[in-house]
Amino acid sequence: MRHLLSAADLDRDQITEILDLAEEMSLVQGRPVKKLPALRGRTVVNLFFEDSTRTRSSFEIAGKWLSADVINISAKGSSVSKGESLRDTVLTVAAMGVDALVIRHYASGAPWQASRWIDAHVLNAGDGTHEHPTQALLDAFTIRRHLRRSVADQSSFEGKTVAIVGDITHSRVARSNVLLLNTMGAEVILVAPPTLLPSGIDSWPVLVCTDFDQVLARADIVMMLRVQRERMSGGYFPTPREYTIGYGLTRPRLAAMKPGAAICHPGPMNRGLEISADAADAANSLILDQVAAGVSVRMSVLYELLGGAE
Amino acid sequence: MSAGSTQSRVVMDADQIARACARMAHQILEANQGAHDLVLLGIPTRGVPLAHRLATVMDQVEGVRVPVGALDVTMYRDDLRRQPTRAVGRTDLPVEVEGRTVVLVDDVLYSGRTVRAALDALGDLGRPRAVRLAVLVDRGHRELPVHADHVGSYVPTRPGEHVSVRLAELDGINRVTIEPGNGPERGEA
Repeated sequence: MRHLLSAADLDRDQITEILDLAEEMSLVQGRPVKKLPALRGRTVVNLFFEDSTRTRSSFEIAGKWLSADVINISAKGSSVSKGESLRDTVLTVAAMGVDALVIRHYASGAPWQASRWIDAHVLNAGDGTHEHPTQALLDAFTIRRHLRRSVADQSSFEGKTVAIVGDITHSRVARSNVLLLNTMGAEVILVAPPTLLPSGIDSWPVLVCTDFDQVLARADIVMMLRVQRERMSGGYFPTPREYTIGYGLTRPRLAAMKPGAAICHPGPMNRGLEISADAADAANSLILDQVAAGVSVRMSVLYELLGGAE
Repeated sequence: MSAGSTQSRVVMDADQIARACARMAHQILEANQGAHDLVLLGIPTRGVPLAHRLATVMDQVEGVRVPVGALDVTMYRDDLRRQPTRAVGRTDLPVEVEGRTVVLVDDVLYSGRTVRAALDALGDLGRPRAVRLAVLVDRGHRELPVHADHVGSYVPTRPGEHVSVRLAELDGINRVTIEPGNGPERGEA
C-alpha cells in the first residue's frame, strides 16, 4: 500500500489486517513507555487546510508513539494564507524530504492530486465532501470491538446493519463508511431527509430510508452524523427543531433502539440537535471509544505505509 | 560437498525435542532456585508454544503455574527497512515484568539480532530483575554479543543453511531440520 486516499482502496483482508494491528497498537496506551521504535527516523507532516482537533492530534500522537518526527502545518499562519497554491505548498513540503503527508483539505480530491505530484506517501485525513478513510477504519474498529463484546469471538460484519443518519450529501464520513462497511459485508441504511441525500445515491450499495423510526428496531449500529452548520445555508431543512424531531437521536428513539445496539458519532457533536445528551452519554454510546480508537488505527495505518522498505 | 548440504536433514526428532524441553525447564528452575518470580515470554511465532511447554514441565516438577506470555519484537527489529512491511505479532504480558526474572524463549538462536530487539522491547515494558535466554537450537554465527543461558541443542550449521523448527501446536509435527539454503541469509533469528 503506497497511499491511503479512499476507503475503496482497501479490500477485506487489508482492512482486517489494519484492524488487527490496531488492536496490538492499542496496548501501547497502557504501557509505561508509550513508544514503539518502528518509524524512527521517518518524518510525517500533517498538512491541514481545514480546522480539526481530533484527527490532527490523533495523527500526531500516532506518529509520535511510533517514534516518527511529526510536524504540523495548518493553513492559518502559513504561506497558504499568503496565497500559495496547493501544488506549491505540497511540493515545498515534499522537497524538505518528508516521508508521509497527511492532508486535510476543503476541496474533494486534493490528497489524490497531491499523491500525483510527490513521491512521499499521502494519507487522506478528510477532503471536502469526498472521503475520510481513517475515520471509517476507526469506526469499523470500534464497531468490531462492540460486536466482539456482545457475542464472544463474533467479529464478522456479515448480517449486521448499520444505519447512518443525517447529512449524507456533505458527509465524507458517510461516503468512506459506506464503502468500507460494504466491503466488510455489513448492510448499510442511509437515513436522511430527501434534501440531504446526494444525487446518484441509487448507485450506492445501500438502502435509503427517509423515516428514522422505521429503521430503529433493525439497526445494530446507529451512526449519527454531525449537522454541519457551516454548510447549512442552503435551506436543507426548515428549522433545527424540525430536524431534531425528524432525524435527531432523541430520548424516545434511544428507548426504541434494538436491544444490544450501539451509538456512534464521529464528533464534534451538536448536543440537542442531531443527538440528545441522553443518547450521547448512554451506556451503549461508543463515542469515546471512537476517539480512543483514532490513535490506534492511525498508528496501524502509518505502520502499514511507512514500516517497511521503500 | 557432503550429501547433507543438498537435502534437508533431521537434527532433532519429537523425543529429542521433548527431552531438551524437560532439561531446559529443570535448568531454569535450578538457576532460579525455584519458580519464584519467574515469567516465561515466548518470542512469536515458535517461541510461544515452546514457552508453554517449559511451563508445563515446571508445573509437573514444582507444582506451580509459571506465568507464560508472548513478546513480539517486530517493531524493534533493525531490518524493518530492508523488506516490505512485516506483519506484527501479539504481545501478551500475563503479569508485570517489573522486578521479575524474565526468561525469553525462542526456537533458534542465530545472529542474535532478535534477542537484541527483544531486550529493547522488554525495556519499554518495565525493568525486570534479570533477563535470561532459553532457545531450543543454537546454530551459531552470532553477529552480536549474545549468549543463551539454556540451550536445547547446539547444531553446527553453514551460514547459508536454514534451520526449520516445526512444533505440533502450529505445524502438526515435532521436528527440527536443516534445509540447504540458496545463499547466505542474514539478519534473521
